[in-house]
Amino acid sequence: MTIAARPQPGPPRDYHFPKFFKKTLDNGVTVIVAPVSKLPLVSVATVIDATALADEKGKEGTAELTAQGLREGTAERTGVQLTLEFEMLGTSLETGADWDSTIASMTVLKDRLPKAFKIFADVLLSPAFRAEDIERLKAERLAERVQLLDEPRGLADESFSRFLYSEGSRYAAPMSGSSKSVSAITSGDVASFYRRNYAPSATTVILVGDITLEAGVTLVESNLGSWSVDRAATKVTADKTQRAERATELVAKPDAAQSEVRIGHAGIPRTHPDYFRIVVMNAILGGLFSSRINLNLREANGYTYGASSYYDWRRQSGPFVISTAVQSEVTGAAISETLKEIARMRGEEVGQDELTLATSYLEGVFPIRYETTSAIAAALTNMVVFGLPADYFDTYRANIAAVTTRDVLAAAKAHVNPDLLQVVVVGNPELVQEQLVSLANGPLSVREAVEA
Amino acid sequence: MQIPIETFRLDNGLLVTLSQDNTAPIVAVNLWYHVGSANERAGRTGFAHLFEHMLFQGSEHVGANEHFEFVQRAGGTLNGSTWLERTNYFETVPSNQLELTLWLEADRMGALLPAMTQKKLDTQRDVVKNERRWSVDNQPYGTWWEKLPALAFPESHPFHHSLIGSMEDLSAASLEDVEQFFRTFYTPDNAVLSIAGDFDSAEARLLVEKYFSVIPRGAGKPELEGMDIAPRFGKRLRQVVEDDVSLPRLYMAFRSPVFGSDGYYAASVTGAILGMRQGSRLYRSLVRERQIAADASAFTFDLAKGSDLLIVDVTARPETSAEKLEEEVEREIDELWKNGATPEEVERVVALIQTDMVTALQSASDRADKISMFATLLGEPALVNEQADKYNAVTAEKVNEFVREYLGPDNRAKLLYVPRAEAAAA
Repeated sequence: MTIAARPQPGPPRDYHFPKFFKKTLDNGVTVIVAPVSKLPLVSVATVIDATALADEKGKEGTAELTAQGLREGTAERTGVQLTLEFEMLGTSLETGADWDSTIASMTVLKDRLPKAFKIFADVLLSPAFRAEDIERLKAERLAERVQLLDEPRGLADESFSRFLYSEGSRYAAPMSGSSKSVSAITSGDVASFYRRNYAPSATTVILVGDITLEAGVTLVESNLGSWSVDRAATKVTADKTQRAERATELVAKPDAAQSEVRIGHAGIPRTHPDYFRIVVMNAILGGLFSSRINLNLREANGYTYGASSYYDWRRQSGPFVISTAVQSEVTGAAISETLKEIARMRGEEVGQDELTLATSYLEGVFPIRYETTSAIAAALTNMVVFGLPADYFDTYRANIAAVTTRDVLAAAKAHVNPDLLQVVVVGNPELVQEQLVSLANGPLSVREAVEA
Repeated sequence: MQIPIETFRLDNGLLVTLSQDNTAPIVAVNLWYHVGSANERAGRTGFAHLFEHMLFQGSEHVGANEHFEFVQRAGGTLNGSTWLERTNYFETVPSNQLELTLWLEADRMGALLPAMTQKKLDTQRDVVKNERRWSVDNQPYGTWWEKLPALAFPESHPFHHSLIGSMEDLSAASLEDVEQFFRTFYTPDNAVLSIAGDFDSAEARLLVEKYFSVIPRGAGKPELEGMDIAPRFGKRLRQVVEDDVSLPRLYMAFRSPVFGSDGYYAASVTGAILGMRQGSRLYRSLVRERQIAADASAFTFDLAKGSDLLIVDVTARPETSAEKLEEEVEREIDELWKNGATPEEVERVVALIQTDMVTALQSASDRADKISMFATLLGEPALVNEQADKYNAVTAEKVNEFVREYLGPDNRAKLLYVPRAEAAAA
């Protein structure tokens, strides 16, 4: 009754990533403007080179606390006033720090941008970091730490980083700090982190939406042009390597209703020349719904609601992770199947069909990813953080299309290493421990879920 | 901000909406079936959602897993979701692939059953059981999804039972259930097809007719029984749940006017006054000033029949007891109930909602989904263009009328999560 023949596509219509323009002000602030005039909106993303890697040892979490502290008030405004002023303009300022940057962002209706940006400039230039506000933020962070121990997904992610990276590596510790390290931070530490890391030369303001280059530059110049502090070059500690052999850890949670599983090892820096090959390889291995790992664990075996793999891209080597949650009884079997898929990926070239599934997906979704001003701003943020070339977006699809089955095999052989695989399971030891012993992925250690 | 909407109905009853926007070569296809967990029969909780999974298992001309593969190979994204009153399926693809998505959707609407097998059902049953473990059983407070509706709606009500379903009922689901559910609910006259983005209107219309007009109309679905209930609980409802959590959390639900009604917008704004972003009452008072809560939010379920629910969700800080949390949240609600909200509070909320509504228009997928929602639940796709006015028309007087009527002690259902250790000590 329904029509049998699968329709063939017509010719695709051209798409170009929005044009963007860059200008550096006299004081060192860089301005990037991408005019997109479909709707009367502007997204602002300000990138500051103030990273979690600049946290002082023993005070991990300072970068994040500083980023959050920005919203807690300025010399002229209390935190509540700031919040309400932004919200009466229909927007909120989001701030946060990660491994490679601090980002402050908001999306606002075009006619409210001048007012909202003026308040934002006050936030960036004169944060107060009052002791009582910082203490409250610390208490909220401690509450988050307590909750994390109940939450198997977050607990598994964090346990994996902690297990994977060598002790003493910054990547082994939580990005936003542990209870102990956050407790050690004072409002003085926050103010000093700000003074050492926030400066015009370390700041890029990205404006995407219904705005011209001239208007964008004028807006930033008139609000941030007077900012004139220097900063000493921040020293960023090099990340330490992971352990040199396979190993497995069981984080015991006797009440667990299933097993949260993480498998992987340290990956490669974002700017590695093999980036596109790895993106395609990972899509085939575990990045797509129709990837090998998901089709195996979910669609063939029904072990899980979903399984995927990803590279956590950073300036240094962030983790390569395969992530799934499986029924306790099949934890060992699910890990074995995953290891088989890794071996298969390294053992022979993928089929031409599998390759084109991944490449045509990645090429096709490219315009879909950039429908919104905030998504375009986030893409430009990545460009700034990783120092990607200005033609990165214009050449992205050609770079993906150029990847061959041979490249995929080479990337898997070079960058997926079975001898280094670390396995972390958050689960019920009574049901899972024996299975992990049989799995024999290196030595097995068992620990309780406790705060670091 | 108005978006163009063209609406027509096929002879078989399928309602079709087209919203053209050629700025990017992207098109979103979105189908809402007017069936959800409310339509499940006794002993088959979770079936509507399990059925949603089966719609990705192929149809007469589409092999198992090919639905996902074809769309992804076309460079598109896709998914589906199930809610109490509806189930939706959606794809966003490069605009030259519109016909492919219409073919896929039509094949599973018109010819799902030839592809159904026991093995596929068994596998998806296992997948859904793992989804239940993942989203409910192995998540702190995860059971609120089923405990709160169970508390807020009487046992005989279609919204009372679990959407994800019990393990027992999932085990009981059979191929006969699949067949019956499909024939009853997955018919063109029980669906809305919305297309938004880059297409030529005349061409899109021809394609829709080509693929969907061959599908016969259904025989009609049974009316949901017992939907009408009192606008308020009429008493205090309270349930304490001991759980493996470290921090107490309180969910407080109020029955509220159904989605799309005049009262709904006042309820929605009230929810935002209480819990939208950091300038909201609960956040300012309980998180920032009194520092007894770690987080606070509020939202509506957006139910269009029977009664909607306005829900407040507050998590305690480690040093706050469950008792104290409950008392403080009650105090905040009492304060609003007795003294009302100010025009400035309404102004803050309306400003935030206006920005959110313009922001959401950027995405073809969001646009198509919203149009399908208004068409399915309220029978009028063009209502999507009236939402800004409806929110602009909400005044402090209207909010306070709602607040007086619905936030009183006779309309509060509380679900209080208490850490097991604390419960034992109490």
